[in-house]
Amino acid sequence: MKILVCIKQVPDMESKFKIAASGRWYDTADLAWRMNEYDEYAVEQAVQLKEQEKEADLTVLCIGPERVKETMKKALAMGCDRGAHVADDNYADKEPFEIAGIIAEYARDKQFDLILTGMQSQDRGSAQVGVLVAEMLGLPSITTIVHFSYAAGGAIETKRELEGGVKAVVKAKTPALVTCQLGLNSPRYPTLPNIMKAKKKELLSVPVADLLKVDSRQETAKMYFPEKKGGGLVLEGEVGQLADKLIQILKEKTAVLA
Amino acid sequence: MKILLVAESRDGKLLGSANELIAFAAKMGGDNAMFLVGSESQLPAYSGKLYLAETAVCGEFNPDAHKRLLLEVIGKEQPDIIAFSHSSYGWDLAPRVAFALKAAQVSELVDVVDGELVVPVCNSKLRRNVRLKTKQTVVTLQAGAFGLAEPPTGSPTVEKIGADTAGNLEFCGYEAAEQGGVDLSKADVIVSAGRGIGKPENIEMIAKLARALKGEYGASRPVVDSGWVEHKRQVGTTGQSVTPKLYLACGISGAIQHLAGMKKSEFIVAINTDKDAPIGDVADVLIVADLKQFIPVLTEKILAL
Ligand SMILES: Cc1cc2nc3c(=O)[nH]c(=O)nc-3n(C[C@H](O)[C@H](O)[C@H](O)COP(=O)(O)OP(=O)(O)OC[C@H]3O[C@@H](n4cnc5c(N)ncnc54)[C@H](O)[C@@H]3O)c2cc1C
Ligand SMILES: Nc1ncnc2c1ncn2[C@@H]1O[C@H](COP(=O)(O)O)[C@@H](O)[C@H]1O
Repeated sequence: MKILVCIKQVPDMESKFKIAASGRWYDTADLAWRMNEYDEYAVEQAVQLKEQEKEADLTVLCIGPERVKETMKKALAMGCDRGAHVADDNYADKEPFEIAGIIAEYARDKQFDLILTGMQSQDRGSAQVGVLVAEMLGLPSITTIVHFSYAAGGAIETKRELEGGVKAVVKAKTPALVTCQLGLNSPRYPTLPNIMKAKKKELLSVPVADLLKVDSRQETAKMYFPEKKGGGLVLEGEVGQLADKLIQILKEKTAVLA
Repeated sequence: MKILLVAESRDGKLLGSANELIAFAAKMGGDNAMFLVGSESQLPAYSGKLYLAETAVCGEFNPDAHKRLLLEVIGKEQPDIIAFSHSSYGWDLAPRVAFALKAAQVSELVDVVDGELVVPVCNSKLRRNVRLKTKQTVVTLQAGAFGLAEPPTGSPTVEKIGADTAGNLEFCGYEAAEQGGVDLSKADVIVSAGRGIGKPENIEMIAKLARALKGEYGASRPVVDSGWVEHKRQVGTTGQSVTPKLYLACGISGAIQHLAGMKKSEFIVAINTDKDAPIGDVADVLIVADLKQFIPVLTEKILAL
């Protein structure tokens, strides 16, 4: 069984963002980078499947500059067998159709039985790449899964999460693609021995030019900070004084302390 | 300009998001028509043409078949924009349709300004304007971003379509959300714990403040996903929608899916170390502090009142 899991490296969302000089993306200097949260669930599910199907071979793919290799190493330490790094310094300018095109081109002749992606990336958040890859490869795809099981012979059973916490039970046959939602499983922390082992695993880089065969259909005109609409009160200072102030406000503005 | 609006139904019921699609069409101007896989007994208030396929025939969840039905209608109507809700139905179906049409897709639209489509980036901390290169565009609309002052009226002119049933997925029914346990909708005060609480032991600190305020405690999704709190206490699109007199968001960043479940609360207080956290957009008061230091002090002072 051959499995592909696609991960993206994203900045910590608590970062103090600045707009890049181009005016079209955020400045990538001085940010802390991590694995897209949704993709951690995808990696964990792929590793669990590999543990179930002992002979399975698991590739992790990531498109981005040199620094994404750090995040890929985490996926290798979690249990992926090999890394396919698509080297691209301009990945942020690429729209989902191009990112999907690159992944599909990579996967086209490799006969993956299962492809896993996150349901969305935390920065761009298009929730498109997974489904587009499946459409490009002519595979069935199930999005937003919070449950996954696989039975020998290729039967997949999933639960899709819908609004209000309702779930839809959906089945498919491999080859297929699934997009993973938060809470699908409990992503493991790589252990020290596994981090050491991961250093010896294959992590090859391919230039993006070899895989980019599609044209973009949209472009970013500009990026900016939204206007603050709230206009609420912002309080800073020593915690005792803050607590007194808040109690005063709650007494004036709400009935809950009456 | 012509827009095709893709409404949704689930389990025999039309979903309210149809009104937001209509609001989007009103904002854009020009012509519009609607598409729905649903039932004739649950029609949207809409005074335009509605292409209706029966769920009973085409399946509740059958994206492959729904895609082909939509492509048929798109062929007839030749819309410039095909608009979905950014929902579990919309984000699933939209890329399939965009791919088939060779159209650009722009997800989670919050506004349209001078012909550029505005979308959020990085948990709504940033915004991005998008310019299109294709003739047709597929969009999904952020829940709550487009609204009408008055609910729409009228009844649609229905044209029944299709009996397409083939698909590459097998839908085996719904599973209801967890039942029983606490009912957050009845609480006057809700104190919610977010990932910022750091560890499960700190739930007790949140619960204690909730008790001091004679309320209940809730949580954001990661706290529930980690198994620290039961799902019944989750606030947001995939949990409960609440409107208490007071909502305290402790260590919650304010993702759109969380805001959707609490932004109609009467008074909102956020406690966050990040002054720029998007929760500040809906908070009446944002306390910039480490909750682990602030909450015990606040609780003591409230208990001493
Ligand atoms: C389809 C879908 C449905 C979803 N449904 C829901 C839902 O129903 N409910 C929901 O909540 N989410 C939902 N989510 C997830 C949502 O997108 C966010 O990931 C989630 O709300 C983030 O939770 P959080 O704010 O607790 O965590 P984070 O975003 O990680 O934020 C933690 C916050 O804590 C602050 N913080 C850290 N340390 C401290 C400290 N010591 N003191 C004070 N503040 C601190 C940080 O500054 C940060 O703002 C959904 C997502 C999707 C895609
Ligand atoms: N640069 C990238 N490299 C590898 N996978 C990616 C990349 N960008 C997006 N993906 C995958 O596509 C999913 C959805 O991303 P998006 O469509 O941008 O919301 C992510 O969760 C990843 O699994």
